[in-house]
Amino acid sequence: MGLLSDPNRRRALISLLTRLNAPICVVCYMAGVVWFMGLAFEPFTLRTYMSENAMGSTMVEERFPSGERALATGREFAAHKKKVGGMPVDWLVKTMQARGLEVFTQTFSRTLPFPDENKERYMVKGTNVYGILRAPRAPRTEALVLSAPCTQGDHNNQAVGLLLGLAQYFRNQIYWAKDIIFLINEHDLIGMQAWLEVNMGRGGSIQAALSLELSSDVITSMDLVLEGLNGQLPNLDLANLFYAFCQKIGVLCTIQGKLQRNDWDSVSGYSHSVQTMMLMVMKQASGRPWGDHGLFLRYHIEAATIKGINSFRQYKTDTNTIGRLLEGMYRKLNNLLERLHQSYFFYLMPSLSHFVSIGYYMPAFGLLAVILLLRALDLWVQLASPPPGTEDGVVDTEQMWSPDVLSVLTPLVISHLTGVALYYLPIHFQKMALEHFPVSDTEAVVLTAIAVYTAGLALPHNTHRFVSGEGTEHGWRVLKLVAVLYLAVLLGCTALINFSLGFILALTLVPVAAFVTPHVPKVPSAFVLVILSPACTLLFSVFFFQELQEVPISFQDGWVLYLSVISQGILDHSLYGSLVYPLIALLVYPCWLLFWNILFWE
Amino acid sequence: MAAPLTLLLILAVTIRAALYRSSLADLIAERVEVVSPLTAWKRVVEGLALLDLGVSPYAGDVFHETPLIIYLFHFLVDYAEITFMVSAINDVFVVPIQFRKQKYALEAERYPLDCLELIRSPKEMYYIPLKVAMFYLLNPFTILSCVAKSTCGLNNAVIALFILTTIKGNVLLSAIFLSLATYQSIYPLTLCAPALLYLTQRQYIPVNFRRFSFWWFVAQYAFMYLGSLFVMICLSFFLLGSWDYLPSVYGFILSVPDLTPNIGLFWYFFAEMFEHFRLFFLCVFQINIFFYTIPLSIKLKEHPVFLIFMQLAVISIFKSYPTVGDIALYLAFLPVWSHLHRFLRNIFLVSCVLLACSALFPVLWHLWIYAGSANSNFYYAITLLFNVAQILLVSDYFYAFLRREHHLSYGLYLKRKDGSEATLVLK
Repeated sequence: MGLLSDPNRRRALISLLTRLNAPICVVCYMAGVVWFMGLAFEPFTLRTYMSENAMGSTMVEERFPSGERALATGREFAAHKKKVGGMPVDWLVKTMQARGLEVFTQTFSRTLPFPDENKERYMVKGTNVYGILRAPRAPRTEALVLSAPCTQGDHNNQAVGLLLGLAQYFRNQIYWAKDIIFLINEHDLIGMQAWLEVNMGRGGSIQAALSLELSSDVITSMDLVLEGLNGQLPNLDLANLFYAFCQKIGVLCTIQGKLQRNDWDSVSGYSHSVQTMMLMVMKQASGRPWGDHGLFLRYHIEAATIKGINSFRQYKTDTNTIGRLLEGMYRKLNNLLERLHQSYFFYLMPSLSHFVSIGYYMPAFGLLAVILLLRALDLWVQLASPPPGTEDGVVDTEQMWSPDVLSVLTPLVISHLTGVALYYLPIHFQKMALEHFPVSDTEAVVLTAIAVYTAGLALPHNTHRFVSGEGTEHGWRVLKLVAVLYLAVLLGCTALINFSLGFILALTLVPVAAFVTPHVPKVPSAFVLVILSPACTLLFSVFFFQELQEVPISFQDGWVLYLSVISQGILDHSLYGSLVYPLIALLVYPCWLLFWNILFWE
Repeated sequence: MAAPLTLLLILAVTIRAALYRSSLADLIAERVEVVSPLTAWKRVVEGLALLDLGVSPYAGDVFHETPLIIYLFHFLVDYAEITFMVSAINDVFVVPIQFRKQKYALEAERYPLDCLELIRSPKEMYYIPLKVAMFYLLNPFTILSCVAKSTCGLNNAVIALFILTTIKGNVLLSAIFLSLATYQSIYPLTLCAPALLYLTQRQYIPVNFRRFSFWWFVAQYAFMYLGSLFVMICLSFFLLGSWDYLPSVYGFILSVPDLTPNIGLFWYFFAEMFEHFRLFFLCVFQINIFFYTIPLSIKLKEHPVFLIFMQLAVISIFKSYPTVGDIALYLAFLPVWSHLHRFLRNIFLVSCVLLACSALFPVLWHLWIYAGSANSNFYYAITLLFNVAQILLVSDYFYAFLRREHHLSYGLYLKRKDGSEATLVLK
């Protein structure tokens, strides 16, 4: 308490912080970035280990024998799919019944807010088929899910075949203590959403789910996808389980499509793990579900997607082996006595065998956030200290603050109204835009969003001028203090829910918040501000993501991709309740507008 | 004065009415920060339903409000919006108090002082009631609590009436409202001390334990207070025909059986504790709330209104089922102490922490309950931080108040014996 009560020490500390404010901020920013980059360096990370005792050893004997038959079933499924021109519901029901499952179907229909041009769908009608393998000697209270999406074209037939093969094999085993639900969902996530909405209300709990994607008879490696809706991740033990069984059975396994490397001390090894981690960060920040498992997480179900990848390497794995991998994982999950809760929920993975937990990555964000607090403290001290000229040291705070309330409140309200417009207008104005402009549906939505966004930039010139005539020196300081604290709280909350998103936003918005004043040169600062605005951050992220995936694209394609990412964001919000779009539109963008406002304070 | 006040009222009512109509109302009514098991409107509705069926509303351990409240709603309500109306009126009640407060502050000006800076000008004081009304009516905490139809609003109104009548010097009404507040939630019992101090001050009775006049006044007040408390308790008994409500209301408040997370300090502590320590710590926690009365009354003997503020803050921080509505009540007093602002030291830090915590409550709740990825420790950490910030805020105001008093008697610019500038250090 010495610091809080001793005025001399307080004064010394505060004067130190205000005098060295700028250098400390720069150092903090650097340190934050360096810390973040250091996370991918293997000695700084932790080795993954299984925390859940019930899944502790991999001592089960996997004997799945019928890989070839599964592939044959897959081919049969493909033929029926082609014949029906969609999901062969009758065939699936018959096949599942023949394998001794309790079979149910569920039809659903959903109308999208606007036609989705990426996947060419607007009014979606579909059917989910699922069969339940009842646990022979247990109450029907707990279940595991194995799902495979039924997609159009030639994709994923092998996954359905393997799923049916596993169903048949599991049926003949006696050790199941939990029901196993075999689900084939149509229209990927929309079907999954429909299934979850109906089935989560019905008692009994699902403890874990895996979604399977396999598109060729022979694969070279298995890829694990963890990122779910709003950047939520499953319990790390699920990833550990996958990794442990891959090691045991001898399947090449990857995360973010990147193989594990042993040369962490070399430059290329380090850059490899940075790449892997950055891919995870970008995917998590997008807030999209990156596999069909993504929606399970919302219901407290630990889930992941397992993708079979055929990259024409030498190393081949047949369907038998994948079947054994899944068998092993399900037998271990079957042993669970309670929900997975021991291991981490907040982590980043620079490789499948190493992870960075929340305690290690939060300081990187904390170092950035501290800049905002330091700036706020600096502003507070400036506001509280008497203006030069009055010597008596007495400041009539009342007099000073009252006229500013209006000039601070107006930009706040106006920028938030712009945010509300950005949130509502794109979908509601879509019809009108279509009538007047030669654009397609998706383009109408996205371009309206961009138009509103840009229009917001024109507002600050007029906001306070028409209220209080002239902005005072004092006025912008108060506004900036409010804006900086607002941003700090906003980023802090975002980083807790979705670290990656919070960190990326902090990386771009914190410098803006730190340097903007009305006295910096207008044109270059405005340029920097626009470059670091949320929309541009998204644009750069799109290119950066492509670069990380080693499929660089031209600017033209990048722009098209950018537009589709925005429309996807809006769709994800209205379909699955992804929070990224409303967060950006209703909170981050208005907050950025406040800084834009300060720059043009006159 | 009247015009801005009317505008303010219209604005406040509009915000509340708009929120009632929106889909947010249901969401807010579920928030643990806003409603407690004692004050939840859902539970009152349940109690009313039981009462209509002819069953004791306290059967089934859902309803924990006092019998008078349920009868009040029984007769008054049946309109969904009535609580809103009542709450809006409550809010208005707080305003006139501050008109009185203005008078009090004017009296304070009679201090024999040389430092004029420290005294508030009448002009400043003129706006204090308006500011208080604004602080209360537009405080997001109050709005949330009102939209959630938390009965906390009613308790606040009773306490506000108590303060009003006390400051007006009406001994009987003061005692009645104090007993009503005590009847509602026990803890306002500690407000007895400031009320007595204020009323004796007003009637020029010296606080001297050897004087008969002092004891006679105390006895009078105690008689009125206990008498009206007795009447209320008996009335409740006759209304319900049973003593069911005593364990269900007061037992519930004192023994804290419901450990639903809230912004208070009890739930986590008692959820983690071994059962055989429970009684002991329960006593410690509850005595803690009442204990501050003694030192504070001694220190603030001359300033009962500030003592009321301190007591309200202590109650709302340490009570067993606190909600944001309780906090809003003492926050509404802050503009009254605007003359202390120059002596506040941690106000920036504290307001940052309070702000951040208020935003983090729903976020961590989401992570814990919906996403399942965080756990109760995260939420409790924020609760703890929130309460530490509140304590810092209150102690900061306390320190500032004492320091102002010091300056009032010794001059604003303190000199050491050798003539150099001196600083005050709190040790």
